[in-house]
Parts: sequence; structure tokens; C-alpha cells
Amino acid sequence: MEIARHWRARATRYRLEGQRHRHSGVVRFPPQPPALGEEPDVWEPAPLSGRGELYSFSVLRQPPAGYESFGIYAVGMVRLEEGPLVTAQLTDCAEEDLAIGMPVEMVTRRLADTGEDGVLVYGYKFRPGLR
Amino acid sequence: MSGVYLIGAGATPVAEHYGRSLADLASEATRAAFAGLPEFAAHRVGALYVANALGDRLAAQGHLGAYLSAAVGLRGVPAVRVEAAGASGGVAIQQAVQAIAAGAAEIVAVLGAEKVTDQLDDAVEAALALASDAETEALHGLTLTAQWAMLMRRYMHEHGYGPEAFAPFPVNAHANAAKNPLALYRFPINADKYRKAALVASPLNMLDCSSVADGAACVVLASERVAREVAAEGVPLVRLAGVAVATDTPALALRADPLDLAAARASAHIALGRAHLGLSDVDVFELTDPHGIAAALALEAMGYYEPGAAPRHAADGAITPTGRTPIATAGGYKARGDVAGASGVYQIVELLRQLRGEAGPTQVDGARVALAQCLGGVGATAATCVLVAER
Repeated sequence: MEIARHWRARATRYRLEGQRHRHSGVVRFPPQPPALGEEPDVWEPAPLSGRGELYSFSVLRQPPAGYESFGIYAVGMVRLEEGPLVTAQLTDCAEEDLAIGMPVEMVTRRLADTGEDGVLVYGYKFRPGLR
Repeated sequence: MSGVYLIGAGATPVAEHYGRSLADLASEATRAAFAGLPEFAAHRVGALYVANALGDRLAAQGHLGAYLSAAVGLRGVPAVRVEAAGASGGVAIQQAVQAIAAGAAEIVAVLGAEKVTDQLDDAVEAALALASDAETEALHGLTLTAQWAMLMRRYMHEHGYGPEAFAPFPVNAHANAAKNPLALYRFPINADKYRKAALVASPLNMLDCSSVADGAACVVLASERVAREVAAEGVPLVRLAGVAVATDTPALALRADPLDLAAARASAHIALGRAHLGLSDVDVFELTDPHGIAAALALEAMGYYEPGAAPRHAADGAITPTGRTPIATAGGYKARGDVAGASGVYQIVELLRQLRGEAGPTQVDGARVALAQCLGGVGATAATCVLVAER
């Protein structure tokens, strides 16, 4: 049973919530605990726009256990407008549509097959930008 | 850290050993490692480090220090499993070197053992993926292969290569493995076959992806005093001149430049520094090379080639046994086989052969200094070991 694990991550997975440094303004994703020597609350929650461009991608033909229902699927790293890189699945696109540098935007989709505990795991993916 | 020596090594073939258990494989490797040593060596083992990445999930056995120490005939010896994903073997070597350098033991055995074929490929892929960041990578269906594939595509984009530029790496690995009786894939391939191979995780194709398989390798380390005793009985000496481990974030996306394997660079430089040697002194390399891109990035991170230059040098033959930076002389991860947590120990087995001049058709002429580097995840742990032959 991993219900608590998925519940804990809801802000990150559903809202793409990262963190902003209160002094420098630097934005990071995902949220992380403060480092040694940092003020405990120096990183504040910061929802991200979900817009960015494709840094790199791959199309998997041998999925790991728990992802069989997706068949062949694309994954990518996205450079968000706010700066951080995010790794996620790419959706609503054919392999030949993908190119490094193309604009993409976040959508919420099912991330994995439904496991033995029956939990539907939702989270962010990216699709080609609609602008 | 001077005064730690490599006095014995042995390994099983890398294969799909359906008929053999983890304990069987571990026993064979350990016996082989001690086979050339005087009888007292086995009785004076002061510690056993077991390198294993996936035992809990794939071999259905935990507590591998105690379990395998008993299985190989070292019952009672202090024993612990070292887990650092694909770098487990290199980190176990580092632990063993520290134990001897600290005076805690005179002889230490490092046993890399991995049993993966009791599970199907998709379960193996899922287990391997836990070496990445579980929440931000593995949960999204990313495999380690997919991560390397994304680095390869980005590298091609930044440096203007097509995928065929990486063919020299698996071609060299297979050419060498064809001459290694312990290798998983003992057949040559060529650039034409590479170009036609089916995609696994684009742009990586089947001939640019290692297979994870079963195997065990064991090396025996000793203090200088014991090493001299053994040398008196005719065993050629190889010194572990420098070892170092460095880490980086498992999540690729959290690195300033994902194409820069910073931990690989740091561990190589620190290990060479401890050995009082430079990169140009190294005659033969063992790298984590499940894909050409991995070998290219490691050579560039260490500083041997400028960013973007490694595939060009590979095309000119630099990575073959007669080249400037020979790698994968036993077949590497690609063709000897990827043995997960045991791979770092297999690397040392091969380098001992090289430094003793016993590597036969893939011998690097006059090899005196060797460097082994193994990576966990996509370079999140890097362990580097520099070996020097004493003649």
C-alpha cells in the first residue's frame, strides 16, 4: 500500500508546485528539504506555469513493470520558463512531432498502471504547446 | 593510502545462469579468486564486502553479508553488503581498501554477486530504475536506459552527431568480448548492423544497450606485509594506488548540466591524485559503458577528451586495445554483460589480467597503470580505482 506516499506528493504532482528562494528568487523543482546551513523556511512553495521547452526526449519500447498499458511511450526533460528542468512523460504527440527546443505545456494524466492496491496515480505530463 | 595490494581475482562467466543460484555463483568466484594464493590466505580473511545492487528485489534474499560469507566458506568473518546501485562494486573496493589502510584487516575479500534472471525483463528494468529518483523519474516510467537515451539525444544535438557516431563503442566492446570466454556476447558486430538495429529507447538501439545478467566476481586485497609474503611465492603484485568515491544527485534534472558527469570527474581526479598519477599515465580503462554515450561522457568528464570529442576519437580507434584510451578490453558492460552491483568487481578482475600481462588477444601492450570507474544510476555515484603493476 502506497496511498500515503501518493497523497504526500499531491501539490507537486497536480499543481507542479516547486519552491522559490525567499532572498535570491531562484525557483527549483521538485520541493526539497532545506540544506545544511540554510534557514528552515527560506524556500517557499511556488506553483509553476507548466510552460517550457523540450530539452531532450526518448521513446521507450521496453517499458518497466507497471507501465505496460502505455505501450510505446515518450519521455522528456523540459526546461520550464521559471528555470528548472523537469522529467516527465510526453503525451498527445507522435514521435515524429518531437524536437529539442519545441514549446510544451503541462497536463494532468494517469502516470502508471493501476497496481495491486488499486490506486490511480495521476500527475504531470507535457504535451506540445498549443500557442 | 599506499600499501594496499590486489593479490587474487576470479569470476564466473556472465550469463543467464538459470540453473545456478546466487550462492553457487558467489562460491565459484570466491574459489577462483583464492585459487592462485597460498593456503594461509583464506584463513586470514579479516572482512568480506559483498557488492550487490538488486538482491532484495530480484534474488529474493536480503542480509547478503552474512548469507554469502557462510555460502562461500568464510563463516564468522565480519561481512556486510555494500549497495550503491551500479557502483556497488567500486564502493565495496573502496571500503575494503579503507579497512586495510586502517589496519583493521590484513586480507579482505570483495565479492560482487548479482542474480537477476529469476525475474522477467520488465521487473529487472523497474528494479534498476530505483537507482534514479523514484518520485521524479522512476514513477514517470523512466528507465535508466531512457535516461542515457535522453543524454545521447541532447549530446547529438549540442555536438552535431548522428546516432551512428556511437557505433565504435559497442563494435569495440563486442570485438573484445568475442575473445573473452567469460563474456555474455562472444560475437563481433559492425557499424552496418548497428545502423539497422531495432530501437530500445530512441536514439539508443539494441546494439547500443547492455543486457543485465547473472554473475559473480571476487577480488582479494591485502596489506603490504601479506602481499610481500604472497609475492615471495611467485604472485605478481598489483597495488591499489588510489581509490575515491563521489556522489551527485540521482535526479538528472537537478544537475546544472546533465551532460556533465561531475561525480565521475571528481572521483577520477581524487583517485589519481591519491595515486600521485595523471590521466596520461593510465594505459587501460574499465568504464561503465552500457551505452556508447556513457563511455563518451565518462572519458570527457575525466578530462581525457574535450566535451563533444570522444566519439570522434573512438572512430579513429582510440578506444581499442591498441589505441590511446583502451576501454572494454573484456567486452565492457555492453558485451561482457552488465552485472549490476557486481560490475565494479568484474572491472578489477579484468584490469588485474591486463596488469599481469595475462589478457591474451586483448592485452594492452606494456600496461602498467589501469583505471576502473563504475557508476551508479546515471553517474549519481562514481567510484574510481587506480591500479599500478609493481615489477
